[in-house]
Amino acid sequence: MRNLVEAARFPHKPQPEPETTAPAGRTIPLIPAKASKVPDRVFSAAMLFCGLSLLTIVVLIVIELVLQSRLSIHAFGWRFFKGTNWDPVAGDFGALPFIYGTLVSSLVALVIAIPLSVGVAVFTTEMCPKPLRGTISFLTELLAAIPSVVYGLWAIFVLAPLLREHVQPWLAKYFGWTSLFSGPPFGIGMLAAGIILAIMIVPIIASISREVLTAVPQQQREAVLALGATRWEMIRVGVLRNARTGIVGAIILGLGRALGETMTVTMVIGNTPQIARSLFAPGYTMASVIANEFTEATGDLYLSALIEIGLGLFLVTIVVNILAGLLVWSVTRGMPARVRA
Amino acid sequence: MPNDLITPKADAPERSPSQQRLLDFRRKLTDRLATGFAALMAVLVIAPLLAVFSYLVLRGVGSLNLAFFTHLPVPVGEQGGGVANAIVGSAMILGIASLIGVPWGIGAGIYLAEYGRGSFATLLRFTADVLNGVPSIVIGIVAYALVVLTQKHFSALSGGVALGIMMIPTITRATEEVLLLVPLTVREAAWGLGVSRWRATLSVTLRTASAGVITAVMLAFARIAGETAPLLFTAFGNQFWNFNPNQPTAALPLQIFTYAISPFDEWHRLAWAGALVLIALIVGAVAAVRLVASRGMMQGAS
Repeated sequence: MRNLVEAARFPHKPQPEPETTAPAGRTIPLIPAKASKVPDRVFSAAMLFCGLSLLTIVVLIVIELVLQSRLSIHAFGWRFFKGTNWDPVAGDFGALPFIYGTLVSSLVALVIAIPLSVGVAVFTTEMCPKPLRGTISFLTELLAAIPSVVYGLWAIFVLAPLLREHVQPWLAKYFGWTSLFSGPPFGIGMLAAGIILAIMIVPIIASISREVLTAVPQQQREAVLALGATRWEMIRVGVLRNARTGIVGAIILGLGRALGETMTVTMVIGNTPQIARSLFAPGYTMASVIANEFTEATGDLYLSALIEIGLGLFLVTIVVNILAGLLVWSVTRGMPARVRA
Repeated sequence: MPNDLITPKADAPERSPSQQRLLDFRRKLTDRLATGFAALMAVLVIAPLLAVFSYLVLRGVGSLNLAFFTHLPVPVGEQGGGVANAIVGSAMILGIASLIGVPWGIGAGIYLAEYGRGSFATLLRFTADVLNGVPSIVIGIVAYALVVLTQKHFSALSGGVALGIMMIPTITRATEEVLLLVPLTVREAAWGLGVSRWRATLSVTLRTASAGVITAVMLAFARIAGETAPLLFTAFGNQFWNFNPNQPTAALPLQIFTYAISPFDEWHRLAWAGALVLIALIVGAVAAVRLVASRGMMQGAS
């Protein structure tokens, strides 16, 4: 049909000659001798199938998680997320210590990571000399490429002893009165997990913040500078004020990553299901309890309780990521697909 | 303060020259302090990177020898031994993952860029982002439920499925991005010559964007190469050689984890060496990507 229309529209269009397109028999000619709609339909259907499968996978994740955890959902109901007792032998499961550990380690990570990542983003986009810009961005990206198990290894053998011997005694001496930094310094524990998580989420927050900062129109900067502002005043008034929603989105995206991070935390948090006020104390997170106990879980209820923790983790990270996505999108929308420095 | 500059108060008191100088000095000082703070943050971000790398090299290099790459792990107490089976196992799992994730991800990316219109495409994009944010351990649970429970045993296949699922959203969104960078005129030129739509998409659009697609694939690969959590209860690990994708298989990240949390110095040494090999693999992939990305059509984009 289209060929007919084209023929009517371009009567002098040269017809493709087979010998000019490709030597016959070696490659498929780019322009077929007679056009058929069938390959087109097949191709677009195949691509649609690939696209649809994304939806299928997410739906499948939800279905499998709910299905596999139904034993525990029936047995405990909402009590599961409020109970503090984790006793596989007695068959009593409460997830609160894990939820607490996940939240506290992620919050510690955020408190450390926010100034670092926003600082480095502002530095690379607004302050540092052009030649350095690419290098710093590359090194920050490299930080994201290190696998979590390698961070964990480093944290066990380098970070934890450092904390135990130098940082924790110092913190206990000067800030022990807050009761956040009290108790024996083990090295491993909530604080170590928070610090290593912070290092891991800095590249995410930094790279998205950088994208958001680059999306701020150049005229904003020029306008503020023209009023006689210093560079910092320009950044504060002209850039950060415009980009703050997106930066908050970047931070929440980092939070989403910290909540779900498994191996590093498992290696340094100490794996003790307890709710302790001190950051020196060992804890446990939702992801690490799954990692540690899944293969050893005896009994269907135990396994189902672990999968219910996975379901909880899934739902929380989804909500957090959606929120973050909306915030980032509200700043960068209307920009070209890739806005990078 | 710029706020004062923008909206000067009508009844603002006149400043004497000395007050003005003080104010100027304070503003300049704040500017310098802020710059210094940001630079300090940049240094603090890069410091752990250097620390991790230097420790990896310091502790790892000494343990790298031929046996490390060719021998099986040895029991506690024996010297030597290697992680050859874990390297082969990792290659097998990553191969399965790539077979699943790469065509699937590129296909979905093509759909979004070339056919995706309206709210349905927005929904799919959104789904890809959601899938990207799902913690890897949860993907592991799903692969366990789908493959391991059906087969009734752990296998490299289930590990590959878990990692393959993790590759899809990354590749999809990046492929879509680079395909949209290809100017419409290029497609129109192909269509105008009478090239059918599917052939134009594959041989013209995708070909033009190939550097970007390769970048996306390599980055997704680098991301899953170090994944450990989903392999814990899918590939499971193995102390011996295994070439059957249907059997429990060792993987390098798993082996590093096992060695790192063990109480034996000899195993710690192997963990550092294994980590060095893993990171060399990943950084090599990322650096190759930077090289590809800095040439060709990606140059204008990134």
